Amino acid sequence: MNTKEFQNPKLIKKIVDRLKRNKRQISLMEVCGSHTMAIGKWGIRDLLPDNIKLISGPGCPVCVTPMSIIDASIDLKDVTIAIFGDLMRVPGEKGTLELARAKGLDVRIVYSPIDALKLAQEKETVFVGIGFETTIPGIAYTIREAYEKNIKNYSVLTSLKIVPPALELLASADDINLNGFILPGHVSVVTGANAYNFLPEKYNIGGIVTGFEPADILVSVDRLLQQVEKNEPKIENEYSRIVTPDGNKHAQKIMKEILEIDDGIWRGIGKIPKSELKIRKKYSDYDAAKKYNINIEYKEDKSGCQCGDVLKGNIIPPQCHLFEKVCTPSNPIGPCMVSSEGSCAAYYKYERKQ
Amino acid sequence: MCLAIPSKIVSINGKKGIVDMGGIKKEVGLDFIPEAKIGNWILLHTGFGLEIISEKDALETIEAINEAYHVMPDEY
Repeated sequence: MNTKEFQNPKLIKKIVDRLKRNKRQISLMEVCGSHTMAIGKWGIRDLLPDNIKLISGPGCPVCVTPMSIIDASIDLKDVTIAIFGDLMRVPGEKGTLELARAKGLDVRIVYSPIDALKLAQEKETVFVGIGFETTIPGIAYTIREAYEKNIKNYSVLTSLKIVPPALELLASADDINLNGFILPGHVSVVTGANAYNFLPEKYNIGGIVTGFEPADILVSVDRLLQQVEKNEPKIENEYSRIVTPDGNKHAQKIMKEILEIDDGIWRGIGKIPKSELKIRKKYSDYDAAKKYNINIEYKEDKSGCQCGDVLKGNIIPPQCHLFEKVCTPSNPIGPCMVSSEGSCAAYYKYERKQ
Repeated sequence: MCLAIPSKIVSINGKKGIVDMGGIKKEVGLDFIPEAKIGNWILLHTGFGLEIISEKDALETIEAINEAYHVMPDEY
């Protein structure tokens, strides 16, 4: 599919010209790592006038995965540990899985949860299943497959976060003044755009589901600006070429079948009520936390890393005293610098001022 | 991590499909998009098709945007 038209420089200029006519101070938050990357890659912040601020929120699943998950994985013995590649260099208190692998731990990177399930044919396998709504259905699928095919040596150590409760936390926070949300594109494929209707209804704040091309993002900023000017907060869907109002029912069904809502621990943020999906009792044989008696708890980051403040939009990455000085993509101190979709990594790659 | 890639379905066998990702063929799960057909563009994430991409909606979106910002069809 050709998306070049969403990159048309003449269109971009006309949108930016319109945005520059506005003098209102406005802060918008994106909550999707791919948007964070796209905003950096297309130089969107440099195109916008100073009165329009784009803030990155907790949009990177790797960044919010609790340290306990990393540490518990490192402690597992005599099993294959399957992970998504992004997790490899994320530090816990006990170091990284990359270092643990160098010391002999059997850590394998997989592209798909199905690949993790296949590894269980060879050896007892624990899949470190992390992700938002985009990734969760595929992980749930492997649990159902293992259950139905009676595959006993597969389990999942879960950190499965759902986005709307995090938005609720941010929308209700007294210390964060947001005028609107740029809502995630691919999470919304599963949830549907209607999943965010509570934002205008309960918190008087609007949002727009949007794509990843420069025109997508700039048009969304303009529409949110119009919402603020008219004081008509609502949920809009600019990404209707992929996102529907109600989302993917098949994906939602398997999530509900295998998983249930619980409180969740978000790295750098703490406990967010009803923000995590855990494996239902029926499938508890496939829950690595139960199988290996793992307790997931919140741990304060003692490295001085301020990822938590970055994730909540309290600071931008260059305001962290570690950024660029000691924390770089080749020597990441915190998770936001590890994942390519982390705010700090995106800032480092695209927005450092020389 | 939620990055999903548009891919075209080139064959289907039950709930599995083969997609062409820029010349690379890969088996994917179609469990969440059972209505998918050969030739459809789908959004692919971690080995699963998540949605069928609507080319018609894409064209309508860009047309509406161009109209809103007074961009003429020849301004490319």
